[in-house]
Amino acid sequence: MVPLNIDWQQILLHLMNFVILAGGLYLLLYKPVKKFMDSRQAHYHEMAQTAQEKLEEAAGLKNQYEQQLKDSEVELGKLKAQAMTEADAAAKQRLAQAEEQRQQVLERAKKEAQAEKERILQQAGGEIEGIISQAIDNLLASKTGDPINDFLDQVEGQQP
Amino acid sequence: MSGKKRRVFLLVWLCLIAALAIAALLVGSNGEKESVTEVMRDAVLHENDAVSLFGLLEVNPAVISGFLVTLVLLAFAACVRIFAVPKFKLVPGKFQMLLEQLVSFFDNLAKGNSPHRNGFLGAYIFAAGVYIFIGTLFELLGIQVVTTAGTSVALPAPLSDINGAIMMGCLSYLVILSGGIAGNGLKGVGLTLKDFSLPISMSFRLFGALLSGLLVTELVYYYMHLSFVLPVVVGVLFTLLHALIQTYVLTMLTSLFYGEVSERSEKPPKEKKKRGGKKAQASPG
Repeated sequence: MVPLNIDWQQILLHLMNFVILAGGLYLLLYKPVKKFMDSRQAHYHEMAQTAQEKLEEAAGLKNQYEQQLKDSEVELGKLKAQAMTEADAAAKQRLAQAEEQRQQVLERAKKEAQAEKERILQQAGGEIEGIISQAIDNLLASKTGDPINDFLDQVEGQQP
Repeated sequence: MSGKKRRVFLLVWLCLIAALAIAALLVGSNGEKESVTEVMRDAVLHENDAVSLFGLLEVNPAVISGFLVTLVLLAFAACVRIFAVPKFKLVPGKFQMLLEQLVSFFDNLAKGNSPHRNGFLGAYIFAAGVYIFIGTLFELLGIQVVTTAGTSVALPAPLSDINGAIMMGCLSYLVILSGGIAGNGLKGVGLTLKDFSLPISMSFRLFGALLSGLLVTELVYYYMHLSFVLPVVVGVLFTLLHALIQTYVLTMLTSLFYGEVSERSEKPPKEKKKRGGKKAQASPG
């Protein structure tokens, strides 16, 4: 007799039984449950990955916008400086133009004043000549008395 | 329940227990026809406890236990597959969580001990662990079968039979060997054969642990005056305890040795290159 009642036939029966059990449990329980757990893990992993990607994308956008903000500030500074320069130049140009215009106006006024002066002087000279010639004519026409007195009387008579 | 009703219930209950105890003592038992030595011998060797398997073979009662456990487990697994698995949710309920814990426990054990190769190992230790645990608890049911000699015998745990334990130990060793071959080829075979005592130790550890529980239970039930209260501790708690322990020990040892023999060993860097490097380093100086 084999010690401990060891029997190959019964070992094989046990083995067959266990192989049936192992195969059945694998197909019916282990594999479906593990598959579900793996799919759930993949689902959450994907969610986490998507969230991470979105976070990274948001961080990238934030950096991009910050950079754009910085760039725009720099650009704004440049534009401001350029505008100031242009405004200075324009102001100087306007000042120069105004100065030139003032000079022109001044010169024109001087010329006009000079011309008016000459015209007035001419006119006054003409009037004086007319008065003198009229006085001479009057004097010559009267010839009554002392010519000097007549002249003086006549001049006095014309004064208001 | 009011105080008076509670007192009446307790009184009736205690009277019933006392009456049953007295009746059991008065009726007596024919269990003492066999000596304790014979009972122990039968529990270990099953020489006189052969059971007919469908009228074809005479087998130990543990073989019948094994078939019944397999039947129950496969029926349960089929019900789970048909009714529970399709209703699994991302946020698990209690039953789903229990199943997931069961699967992930053995899966993690396989991954932890054999991180490089664990697909087959996880499935194997899951089946082995469930079989050992449920099979050991199966003896608590005390299902009676009739032997070929015409006596009745309670079905033991499948692995308390030496043939069942040898099957499990040797199969685990073969699984380890397969891992060695898959991972390292002939070197893996050598690594596995190095632990040639493993199948014997695994088989007899399992057999001894489960048989000891059976023997203690047989011993307790052999004497009438030990059959009160004590079986609750010995029969249930000890069975639960060694079911858990043996499940963990066999699955852990299998996965540990599997991981050890299937791990690819890294080749050391070739010496020629080192020498060449040394020469190259030495030559400029």
